[in-house]
Order: sequence, then structure tokens, then C-alpha cells
Amino acid sequence: MQYGASSRRGAPWLMSHKFFVRLCLLPLVVVTAAFFLLPMARLAVTGAEGPQGLAGYLAILVEPRYRATLINTVLLAAATTLVTLIVATIAGMFLQRHRFPGRAVLIAMLTFPLAFPGVVVGFMIILLAGRQGLIGDLSNRLAGQKFVFAYSIYGLFLGYLYFSVPRVILTIMAAVQKLDTGLEDAARSLGASPWAVQRDVVLPALAPAFVASGAIAFATAMGAFGTAFTLATNIDVLPMLIYTEFTLAANFSTSAALSVGLGVITWFILALARSFSGSAVAAAG
Amino acid sequence: MSDVTAHGASVRIEHCGKTFSDGTRALEPATLDIARGETLVLLGPSGCGKTTMLRIIAGLELPDEGGKVLFDGKDVTSMPIERRNVGMVFQSYALFPNMSVAENIGYGLKIRGLPKNERIARVAELIRLTNITGLESRRIDQLSGGQRQRVALARAVAIRPGILLLDEPLTALDAALRDRLRGELNRLLRALGITAIYVTHDQSEAMELGDRIVVMGKGRIAQIGTPREIYFTPRNRFVAEFIGAANIIEACLENGQLVLPGGRQPITSRINLAAAVAMVRPESIRLVEAAGAALSGVVDSVTFNGEKQRVVVSGASDKLLAVDAPNQVQIKPGDRVGLSISPEAVRLLPPED
Repeated sequence: MQYGASSRRGAPWLMSHKFFVRLCLLPLVVVTAAFFLLPMARLAVTGAEGPQGLAGYLAILVEPRYRATLINTVLLAAATTLVTLIVATIAGMFLQRHRFPGRAVLIAMLTFPLAFPGVVVGFMIILLAGRQGLIGDLSNRLAGQKFVFAYSIYGLFLGYLYFSVPRVILTIMAAVQKLDTGLEDAARSLGASPWAVQRDVVLPALAPAFVASGAIAFATAMGAFGTAFTLATNIDVLPMLIYTEFTLAANFSTSAALSVGLGVITWFILALARSFSGSAVAAAG
Repeated sequence: MSDVTAHGASVRIEHCGKTFSDGTRALEPATLDIARGETLVLLGPSGCGKTTMLRIIAGLELPDEGGKVLFDGKDVTSMPIERRNVGMVFQSYALFPNMSVAENIGYGLKIRGLPKNERIARVAELIRLTNITGLESRRIDQLSGGQRQRVALARAVAIRPGILLLDEPLTALDAALRDRLRGELNRLLRALGITAIYVTHDQSEAMELGDRIVVMGKGRIAQIGTPREIYFTPRNRFVAEFIGAANIIEACLENGQLVLPGGRQPITSRINLAAAVAMVRPESIRLVEAAGAALSGVVDSVTFNGEKQRVVVSGASDKLLAVDAPNQVQIKPGDRVGLSISPEAVRLLPPED
């Protein structure tokens, strides 16, 4: 027994332990290389292989059609993020703080669309606001005019909202649950009105959750394809443009450049929002 | 100093009980008067209703129908906490993480719309008063537990509240720091002349800080009195056992003497009782020679505490008896010892209710 125990303390065993740790890292390295580094590098190279060379990247910003699409996409994603955050914060706070009959069912229903692909979301928007949709039907009976907006930017916006709200609500609810109610009691004891408590205490405390869930909503809206494709809108968003360039025009280099651009711009805006909200948290109050 | 001296308000709570929506009775209807400038401690084990009572006084909980809270004779029962002008210190401190130390302390003043220069002056004075000079612009997560406690106190006092409510403010700190801050807190409360209501489960904290102590158990007030009254003349077994160490003796009283397995122990009154309950504090018992002692037993264990030793004696009473002996006395388990207890030190308690 003793012999076996002392031989275990030897150096070979230690080295094999280190080796084991490195071995565990191997899957991560392989996955990173295979699915991230190599394709991204290839994509970036392809983007510069068009007739314009590296200037192909510049075209994203210079070419009027590309630029308009880019601006459309960013504005739509930003609006989606903002409205999602407002809706989800109010709803999430209420759901976390109040207990009422049917609460569990309501939460389940709200989070139900989590599993839906963009196609289904687009389909539901058509059912709601399409030519045969619920809203059109209703407005036809009431005002004698069909109100159809599923195929416009508003339909797309509604679809994105439907897509983002469940995700963000869950994050906000978790953050609200972790909130120390003592903070609100303390603010009230110091004379703060319910509005002031929200403004000075609750919202700043939720800021990290806003940044995290807002980033997910924004990135999802930037890259959403299924909804846009289903609605086949008369407005272009970046993922649709990439699809068109790639499959219809077989314009590999432009679609690659647009893809890289989509990634970089999304990343840049998120980084900007993060640093801004970081300083806002520190400076609040 | 004069600038932050608060003019304490008197508090009266009348028939304040609390039943939560799930039917739990957290507090039986209680009536309590707190004088202007007094420090009152609500003391009891967790779940005794002390925090509920504090929250009713604060305005964070509404008492059950029929309960009333009065500040300086004025009914404030339906007034929300933000208009009651009470300062509050929480066990978790509840400091705002998005504000600096100075912003935390000045928050109540900002809400009240105090001009900036007055605000800065008041905050500076409180920072000096609570010994946290130099930390003004720190973030809360850069402070130690003791510093956080001081900031929380400064913030609560800054609004010149009529009443200061403290909910276990020292519980989250380690023992040495707790002792030091307790002294500081005591001096500050006296200097401010503020009415303070202090919730704790720590009886030594209650003794040191309280002008009066309200001992609570199971949602009821068990006894109200000065620290000395509570310690020396507990009204029942719960209070006796909760405050300090107590030997509870259950025996038959014959002609003013407790009849015990190890002898007889006289008490001050000459009554007869078949089943008496009495209390003796360990420090009231003296070890003497076993030969000739009215009460004797055998040493069961000895624990050395530094300033004293706790000797546990078996065979003298119905249960083991704890005795505090001077730290130099040579004694070991198995020794036969005599016990000397003055009749005045034996307090008769009402039988279990």
C-alpha cells in the first residue's frame, strides 16, 4: 500500500496530469479552428477577391443600394432592440414581482415562440397582418378598408419583436429576481417616489441585463433571415441582400464582403453600446 | 455637530399585529411606547416578529386592521415610508451600487431638493462624523464591510430623520469589527439624540445599546425593560434562557427551600410549591469545599475561556449545572465540589405556560 502511494507522488504522474488538462482543451481548439477561424479567414479572403479587390469592402458603404440596405438593417435592429427592451422590462418586472393565478401559464405562453424558426414567425405575421390576415379582416369590417402591413418594414419589425421579446423577458426576469429589494426600501426610506426609485435604483441595477439581452436582440435582428424571406418584403435587409447576391447573382466576393461587413458592424455597434452603458452605469445618479 | 443633530420623534404603536396573505401570523397585536431620543432594542430569535414590527414602524408593512402607528402623537399608519422621514439601516446595507459613497449619502438630500452647496456641506459633515474621510468618491464595491456599514448609517442619518430604524446592522460583520462598531454606533446615537429602534438577535449587542430592550418570541412581546431588569429579573423561562446563560432548576419547594438531588437551596420567600421553576446565573454560583456545603455535586467538565472557566457540575440539581469559576482555580472532572448560592440569586419563574 505504502509503496503504491509513494510512487504516485513521482514526476511522471504530474506531467501526465498536465497532459490530461491539455487534452481536454483539444475539442475547443478543433471546434474554434474548424468552425470559426478557418471559415472566417476564407470569407475575409473571398471578400477581397472580387473585380474591385479590397475595395469590394468599401462598396458596402459607398454603393447606394448596399448602403441603404445597411442603414435599413441597422435602424430596424435598433428599433427592435429598443422596443423589445421596453416591453420586456415592464412585462418581466411585473411577472417576477407579482403572483397571480395563471402566471405560470402566461410565462409559458410568452416563452413558447422561443423554439419557432423565423419562417414560422413570418407566417404568423402574415396570418395577422397579411392580405387575408386578422387585422385586415377587422379593419375591412369596421372601416371598409383592408389594412395590410405584413409585407412592409412594419411587418418585419413586428416579426423581429415577436422573435426577441421572449428571449429578453427571460433574462430580465432573472435579473429582477436577483435584485435586492432592500435597495428599493432604502431609496423609499430616503424619500424617493416610486418613479424616482425606478429611475435611480432599479433601472441602473438592471443595466447589465439590458446590455446583455439587448445585445442578443440586436444581433439576432441584424442577422434574421427566415422572417424576412417568408415575408418577401419590398424592403431589403442585409441578410436578404447577401442571399440574393450569393444564390441569384452568384456574386461570391460581394456576398462574402457583405457577410464580413454584417459581422463587423454588428460587433462594433455592440461594443459601442457596451462601453457607453458601462460609463452610464458608473455616472448614473 | 448641531447641523446633523436630529430631533427625535416619539413613537407609539397600538394593537399592531401582522398576518401575511398566506395566513401566517408574524406578529400578535402589540402596543409599545418609545420615548423621544430613546434607543429601543427589539431582541429575539429569528422569526420572532421583530423585523416585522420594525417594518410596520418604517411603513414598509401595513399592520392588520385596527393597528395604529403614531409619530409624536400623529397617526401615520396610512402614510407611505417615503413621507415618514425615517432613516433606515439594513442588514445588507442596501447601498446603491451605481452611486459613489458621497452620492449615496447625499441621495436623500438630493431627492428633497436641497441646494447643491448645502448638500455637499452636509455630506462632508457626515463623512467626518462616521470616520470615512477619504472614501467620498469610492464605488461601493471598493469598500470593506465596516466601511459599508458606516456609509449606510451616514446615508440614513443625512436626512435628519425623526426616527432611526436599524435592522441587524452589525450582523454581517466579523466579531472584532462588530464590537468596535457597536461602541461607535452607541456614541453616535447618543450624540445625535435621535430616537432609534434597533433590531438584533444578539443579546450582548442589545445590552450595550439599548435604553430599553423588548424581548420577543413567537410573534409576542415576552418582556420590556432596561437591560438590568431583563437580565436580573426575567419574567419567564424564555427570557431567562435567551438573555445570557441560565441554569433552569425544576424542583419541589419546601418551606422556602428547593429540594435538589445534591442538597437544599434556600430562596428568599418561604413558600411551598410542588413544582417550582427557578433560575440561577452561572456567575452567581460559587465553588466551595464539598464537606459541609448545603449543596454539592461532581465536576462533569471544565472549559477554560481565558477570563473565567465554565465548570459543569452533575448530581447537584435535576440537570447539569453550569458554574463560572475564577480562571486560576485548580479543578478537574471527577472532583467533588460544594456549591454556594445566595438566596437572592435564585429567581423563581412562573411554571411553563
